[in-house]
Amino acid sequence: MNNDSVAKTFIVATLLCAVCAVLVAGSAVSLRPMQEANKVLDVKKNLLMAAGLIKGNPSAKDIEAAFANIETKVINIETGEEVSDIDPESYDQRAASKDPKMSVSIPSGKDIAKIKSRAKYGKIYFYKPQGNVEMIILPIHGKGLWSTLWGFMALSSDVNTVKGIGFYEHGETPGLGGEVDNPRWKAQWAGKKIYDEQGHPVIDVVKGQAPDGAEHKIDGLSGATITSGGVENLVNYWFGDNGYQKYLNSFKQSQTESTNDSVSMAQ
Amino acid sequence: MSIKKTLFGPMFENNPIALQILGICSALAVTTKMESVMVMALAVTLVTAVSNFCVSIIRNHVPSAIRIIVMMTVIASLVIVTDQLLKAFVYDIAKSMSVYIGLIITNCIVMGRAEAYAMKNGPIMSFLDGLGNGIGYSLVLIFVGVFRELFGSGKLFGFSILPLTNEGGWYQGNGLMLLSPSAFFLIGFFIWGLRTWKKDQIEQSN
Repeated sequence: MNNDSVAKTFIVATLLCAVCAVLVAGSAVSLRPMQEANKVLDVKKNLLMAAGLIKGNPSAKDIEAAFANIETKVINIETGEEVSDIDPESYDQRAASKDPKMSVSIPSGKDIAKIKSRAKYGKIYFYKPQGNVEMIILPIHGKGLWSTLWGFMALSSDVNTVKGIGFYEHGETPGLGGEVDNPRWKAQWAGKKIYDEQGHPVIDVVKGQAPDGAEHKIDGLSGATITSGGVENLVNYWFGDNGYQKYLNSFKQSQTESTNDSVSMAQ
Repeated sequence: MSIKKTLFGPMFENNPIALQILGICSALAVTTKMESVMVMALAVTLVTAVSNFCVSIIRNHVPSAIRIIVMMTVIASLVIVTDQLLKAFVYDIAKSMSVYIGLIITNCIVMGRAEAYAMKNGPIMSFLDGLGNGIGYSLVLIFVGVFRELFGSGKLFGFSILPLTNEGGWYQGNGLMLLSPSAFFLIGFFIWGLRTWKKDQIEQSN
């Protein structure tokens, strides 16, 4: 048959499409379980890294072992209540924040993190090595200069003192805003306090060096004023009343009640 | 053409980046870390070789009116399969390379070799040509990657070689090396070096 005839053109095109389609679909379907497992593992790794529970280049086993001490809960961000009808294993807060059915838009005056909408439900993690909550790890995100920074913040059980922070995805300038990944910069977050006496989140990423002993202030990233401001805003947003604050307050209350209970029981 | 010339020619004599100036885009994008350089180099070499092979097998049955789209389909399928494999087996690296694996489809080297070589030559020779061009591309990527990672972040393959000042060492990282324009300068130096060595690559001035 002549190569350039219409019939041959159609035959070649159809056959080629069929073969390629089988190849592509076959590889996508057969590899999906592994890819999904990788994604889940990656989130766990990022979370444990931010909380400082693992370091370096951990294997899948290390991650699972460290994650065994973590309990996951889904909360309603607006009411601050725990939600029981959503499976915390499969719930994906990041995907939900872009899903119109699962998210709410943030009024522009409140939207200091510049994320426009947020998920209705938050997925938060409790580090319970011996049964007591030692750390709460919360997903945070917000705009920097070029990109949205996605990360986790770990708080100690007084829900005020920072244990660690880490961003697992961003597109800031390497060497400037990209220094949010610098271990030295991240290390100074540990021990800082998020809330002032009135209960407002007052994290302040200052220009230059933060004065010694300033418990709400963090050194700015040099050459990255906008990224630094973005980090400050996103932390203050997520720990403010449009973020996790309602839940954190009720968590704190339940904590003090349970310690009071145990004190009264001891008496 | 001899096997040796087909396979090794594209490394220095007829390097796809340095002489043919193809595939520059990904050379800028993925060369800040040697790890991603190696994965990218491997992926491009594999895709170029296999797509050349496939295109060459069907070359006598491809109607010339749709030959470009036929090549594109073959290449795109291979790239998608490669991307899926990377996401399944080396997730971290696949994540750090994000869209650039997918963009191998538009890497001019792959398409260029299919059109210029595989459409006219047998499968084995086409495979070798793809392999050679892939390696030629890899050489430039590795050259650029070594300089960018070493002088930009003081590391090679993630191991600290020059301890950075902001991590307590003595080396002040060169920020330019981490930005895309530095790859242009480095490729320029590479071409300069190559043409000083192989004078016949110098273009005639008008």
